[in-house]
Amino acid sequence: MHIPDGFLTVPVWAGLAAVSVPLVGVAARRAQGEAEENRIPLLGVMGAFVFGAQMVNFPLAPGTSGHLFGGALLACTLGPASAVVVMTAVLAIQALVFQDGGVLALGANVFNMALVGVVAGYLPYWLWGQGAGRDLAVATGGFLSVMASATLALTELRLSGVVIPPAALWLALGVFALNAVAEGLITLLVVRSLDRLHPGWIRRADAPRSAAVKTVLGASVALAVIGLAVASAAPDGLDRLAEELGISDRSRILWETPLSDYQARFLPPGWLQQAAAGLAGISLAGACVAAVAKLLSRRRSA
Amino acid sequence: MEPLIEVQGLHFRYDSGPEVLRGVNFRLFPGESVALLGPNGSGKTTFVLHLNGLLRGEGLVRVCGLPTRPEHLPSIRRKVGILFQDPDEQLFMPTVLEDAAFGPLNLGLDPPRALHAAQEALALTGMSAAWHKAPYHLSAGEKRRAALAGVLAMRPEILVLDEPTTYLDPPGRRELADLLRRLPQAKLVVTHDATFACATTTRAVFFREGRIESEGPTAELIRRLGWDERLPPAEPAP
Amino acid sequence: MRHLVLEDWSRKESWLHARDPRAKLMAAVALLLAIGTSPAGSPSRLAGYALLLLAGVIIADLPVRGVWLRACVVLPFAGVFGVLAWLAGEPGRAAAVGVKSYLSAWTLVLLAATTPLPALLRGLASFGVPRFLLIVIQLLYRYLFVIAEQAHHMRLAAASRGGGFRLRSRQGWRAGAGAVATLFARSHARAEAIHRAMLARGYRGEFPLASPPRFGLGDALLSLWASAAAAALRLA
Repeated sequence: MHIPDGFLTVPVWAGLAAVSVPLVGVAARRAQGEAEENRIPLLGVMGAFVFGAQMVNFPLAPGTSGHLFGGALLACTLGPASAVVVMTAVLAIQALVFQDGGVLALGANVFNMALVGVVAGYLPYWLWGQGAGRDLAVATGGFLSVMASATLALTELRLSGVVIPPAALWLALGVFALNAVAEGLITLLVVRSLDRLHPGWIRRADAPRSAAVKTVLGASVALAVIGLAVASAAPDGLDRLAEELGISDRSRILWETPLSDYQARFLPPGWLQQAAAGLAGISLAGACVAAVAKLLSRRRSA
Repeated sequence: MEPLIEVQGLHFRYDSGPEVLRGVNFRLFPGESVALLGPNGSGKTTFVLHLNGLLRGEGLVRVCGLPTRPEHLPSIRRKVGILFQDPDEQLFMPTVLEDAAFGPLNLGLDPPRALHAAQEALALTGMSAAWHKAPYHLSAGEKRRAALAGVLAMRPEILVLDEPTTYLDPPGRRELADLLRRLPQAKLVVTHDATFACATTTRAVFFREGRIESEGPTAELIRRLGWDERLPPAEPAP
Repeated sequence: MRHLVLEDWSRKESWLHARDPRAKLMAAVALLLAIGTSPAGSPSRLAGYALLLLAGVIIADLPVRGVWLRACVVLPFAGVFGVLAWLAGEPGRAAAVGVKSYLSAWTLVLLAATTPLPALLRGLASFGVPRFLLIVIQLLYRYLFVIAEQAHHMRLAAASRGGGFRLRSRQGWRAGAGAVATLFARSHARAEAIHRAMLARGYRGEFPLASPPRFGLGDALLSLWASAAAAALRLA
């Protein structure tokens, strides 16, 4: 979901740009330093490939079709740093040439789709991408990639005071989930086809060797999910955070935005809990799926 | 006379695949124009990629006396200009002029001198008027000439052309043949086009299964091997 | 294709087209900031921005209707959230969001229609955007049309065999995934060929990115004038 200009408040887009810019810089430096010397043409052409791949339709439901978004696929083939660079380039072209997503909102869109989209898409593959669980890890990555990007976009719109009634919110989450499942399946099918064409293109998952690192990583993901759930169960905390960050109140005088003063009135008090519960549920489901896959692969290889 | 290119006993295979080049011996002398003929998959393109060290097999490859070792590659790539088969892959810069200036800039020329070299090369190939155009907006013939300008801007001593008539219509081929005949460099032309080979080269070598099977004056070799596109005319419908 | 129109526009010749990309970037960002931070209940201020943009379109000698239509790409997004706000009982504010995002899109169309992308990238380079990223964007843009055309041909080929990728069955998904994988393979091969062509012309890891010409008086005037107008409208 590409957020156009005019929707996000200044603190939201500026804050996300401030996070995205250095992270993309780090990714660019890492991608540039990676071993294969043909990186520059490869990344450029792969960005063009994303546009081409998005022209291929997959039937979702009667009358609607979806397409590949590509974050997880690029992460499994080019590696996460290069995938971040390619997705950033894709988003920049979409904003500058196609007016698909805003320019001020580019930092936010890059954060949602190029950074979180790629990292969420790569994480399961990184952790469990070796052995028999690989296929499940690839599909889970595709799912998480789209789900995380879309949920983040919704959250940013909410933080900017855009009104989304609960019913519409659930509908939106449902549509995102459908797209996310499709992304998982498409990514998996494409990876399998690539296996047949040229297995070397699927990057070996260089997972952390030690169980300790895996445990720490798994625990930190769980903690993040629990933290989100706790924070949303106490909306005062989020409000205070928003205030301190200057997202609301004080800043509103200078940076007034659409609907912002109506936020309180039309924001159902339970909204954040619901959204967070949904997010937590999805993340937990993803974690369970990944854990089962891990167990299965261990049993099979044992 | 010293040969510009000297190849002796060249063998090559991709990874662990079958041998693509199986002992190639070849020489190109100054001022010569040689056609490289042969069936698809006989190793012509693979051979050509050895001439500026893009691929390195077993055996001897010497360009102007220099073996294709890493330390000589910068000067070898200046001497050997390769025009690849798909001009879209060769024109990777946003505009024709920037593309023609890519090579000179890599040679270390400062931007004004690089642009000057690029403009000269574009004038040589008749592409001066299109200097500001994006490659995507060019016709097939224009793309080919723009790509050739990018090669000529490096002032090579040897021109290697891989299937230069692909995508060209008959007037486009004629134009290209005229242009090549005007260029003073020694030339190696990989082609399936017998007419074009006769129009642009005097000597020909015939590749089959990774080695040079026969050679001779272009027209004579083509006649001897029957390697042209002559077909019986279509019968009119009764 | 849709974007080719914009590319043709960006190669026109007008006073605005001739300005330095940095000046146009600054002007566009000033305008976007003013539009984005304007309070909802001020139609006259929004009309002021629209007049400013209209002046830009006329100076740039662009078709007014065409620019208006192109900026409509944001309307589906704005529409959805507009309807939601309207359902929540705030039609006025819903309309304001729609207008603001439309004006922002209009600004972007004007920027893109007066500045070819390579020039825009040169401008961004002098604002400190990593060169590596800009070169990737430049190559992406160069091969965007080539690969989109390839995808389009594959779609035509599939459609002419009767199915297309819109098959309802499992085969439809398999065929689609196969098409994406084939496109991936071809793109990979193309990248390798491009790399070879680069090496053959002496590439040693330093990709030239032309620098923008000197920032002139007209450029300074444009960025100052646009920023001042945007600020005046915003603070009025």
